[in-house]
Amino acid sequence: MSIPVYVFKRFLQALPLLFLISLMAFTMLKLSPIDPLAAMRANPAVSQSALRAEEERLGLNKPAPVQYAIWLTSTLQGNLGASTTGGSVAVRLMQHAGNTLLLNVVTLFFTWLIALPAGVYAAVHRGKFLDKLFGLITAIGMSMPTFLLAFLLLMFALATHWLPIGGMTSSDFAERDSLGQALDIAYHLIIPVCVLTFVSLAGIQRQVRSNLLDVLRADYVRSARAKGLSEEVVIYKHALRNAINPLITLLGFEFATLLSGAALTEMVLAYPGLGRLTLEGVLTKDMNLVMASIMLGAVMLITGNLVADLLLKITDPRITVE
Amino acid sequence: MVSSAAPQISTPAKVRADLKHTILSRMWKDKVARTALIGLFLLYFSALFADILTPYGMEFNDANVGNAPATLLHIHNDNGEFCLPYVYQVRQENDLATYRQTFSEIHTTKYPVKLLVKGESYKLLGLIPMDIHLFGVDAPARIYLLGADMNGRDNYSRLYFGAQKSLTIGFLGLFIAFPIGIFYGAVAGYIGGWADNLMMRFAEAVMSIPSFYLLIGLAAILPLGMTSSQRFALITVILSFISWPGLARVIRGMVLSIREEEFVQAAKSVGMPEVTNIIKHVIPQTASYVVIAATLQVPNFILAESGLSLIGLGIQQPDASWGNMLKAAMDQPNELLSQPWLIAPGFLIFFTILCFNSIGDVLRDVLDPKLSGGR
Repeated sequence: MSIPVYVFKRFLQALPLLFLISLMAFTMLKLSPIDPLAAMRANPAVSQSALRAEEERLGLNKPAPVQYAIWLTSTLQGNLGASTTGGSVAVRLMQHAGNTLLLNVVTLFFTWLIALPAGVYAAVHRGKFLDKLFGLITAIGMSMPTFLLAFLLLMFALATHWLPIGGMTSSDFAERDSLGQALDIAYHLIIPVCVLTFVSLAGIQRQVRSNLLDVLRADYVRSARAKGLSEEVVIYKHALRNAINPLITLLGFEFATLLSGAALTEMVLAYPGLGRLTLEGVLTKDMNLVMASIMLGAVMLITGNLVADLLLKITDPRITVE
Repeated sequence: MVSSAAPQISTPAKVRADLKHTILSRMWKDKVARTALIGLFLLYFSALFADILTPYGMEFNDANVGNAPATLLHIHNDNGEFCLPYVYQVRQENDLATYRQTFSEIHTTKYPVKLLVKGESYKLLGLIPMDIHLFGVDAPARIYLLGADMNGRDNYSRLYFGAQKSLTIGFLGLFIAFPIGIFYGAVAGYIGGWADNLMMRFAEAVMSIPSFYLLIGLAAILPLGMTSSQRFALITVILSFISWPGLARVIRGMVLSIREEEFVQAAKSVGMPEVTNIIKHVIPQTASYVVIAATLQVPNFILAESGLSLIGLGIQQPDASWGNMLKAAMDQPNELLSQPWLIAPGFLIFFTILCFNSIGDVLRDVLDPKLSGGR
């Protein structure tokens, strides 16, 4: 099966899944006892007709199945609806999802940049000092709650004033030129990226190490050594190429866990990402907003898995997509 | 012949006991696992006997010392000689120019720290009425070893009461999630066909919602105005709900291969009902995986509970949990340097998870050498 056909088939498989997810998310939100218009109702200055107009705008005056049908049709037409706080859900979502994606992509990049060499080094120099040191660091990383590390780095930032305390931009962001703005964002990304990288580093470094150790015991590695190839060629050309396959599956999985893991970090560090937006939406029962962000999260997760499968197919010719 | 064969058949119980014995003793021999086991024992012991070990109850508050720093223990008397530890009463002052609270000790009376003092009464383990506390000082002085929160409650005592919630939620969650996950996976794998397909699609749908979003969505469903124990129970149910599909999927995969084994086919061919066959022959084969997965799942429950409470959707005030105690740190990040004890619950969470992970790692080596991956 060629790759485009495979992607199309996976896309078709994802559709009922997404439908099921939307149904579950909708039911969940409908069961929540929060009144989205509580603030307006409590305000005596808001007239009854204004309240009714707002109910009409958000579609709250119709029975639940009708509301779901309206949400589904308008979403399929590409209209994500209006947010309770005013404005379009799509615009708010795009800004925040962009921020979360930026955070996750940078984190993934640094995680693999560090984990791969560290894992290879630990496997090749098994039992040596650095291997044990990595083992200790990853044991800490595996057990470290993201929020604790975020608090610790915040304390560091408070003590030294070298790093910003939360947020994504400085107060004078709008007055800077585009290079200044990019640098400002990079400066604010340091803490959240450090937190997420440290935590996800641990699992991947261990996987790289144990996979490579398994492969290094294989017969073809012994043959490669026996025919006099240099140790570098054996490790990087023969062993690592084969050890890397299971890691690619992990990459897709990693993307999904990062998305969830990043939510708490975003909240602690006041980073304007998807996690914070969803929490706000849930707390104010912003139907359209929460539905859209849960669906977006699910789509990102499913896409992550698909990309991992495709990468696997490209790197390993033995695997055929069924 | 018969007499020599009989003991072999009748001893599986003994063999199993031996196996259990070797697992425990092998874990005890491992330095890391032993330290972790002792650590966990201390944590659970402290949680169980929180009432005795702490100077104050969970809801005890003294509004005069809100946000007070940790009480200083003095061990020198006025002449500079060593003496038994004592504390001073603390007075709060508000600086009207800077709006800052300052705390100063009143050096008139010394309040010695006493062991096994009578204090607030409580029911030990919910049954035995008692009023003895391990240590304490006479009122109006307070002994707040980790400072006070903004309501003037003792952070140190609340860490113990928080442990009761945070540490039990992991195990309670397991008791709900694991039976569901195991049975769901076993049934799907054993029956196969369209039922398997349908069941796995549903599990995948639950798995495809990023877990933290699902968690906050579910937590928002909880009606307001529940008692704290109802809320605790429902949060446990929610945590279990997001964690069973992963287990179900793995168990299904294992069952797919187990059901082809001869002993399962044999039982089927002599007419054993499907459900009995699953429970008696299929599920026990997955035991070592389940034990390992359970150990490694407890940290996830603890993390999820503390995450939920941290953002205000989990355990609510005035109840203490490690997560909602950390909320104070999140709400006032600028105070982190002046009140570093605010993140103490975070360290306890870290330590607990470290213990569980270490035990899980060693348990995996002991139970299933295949999975340990070149250690």
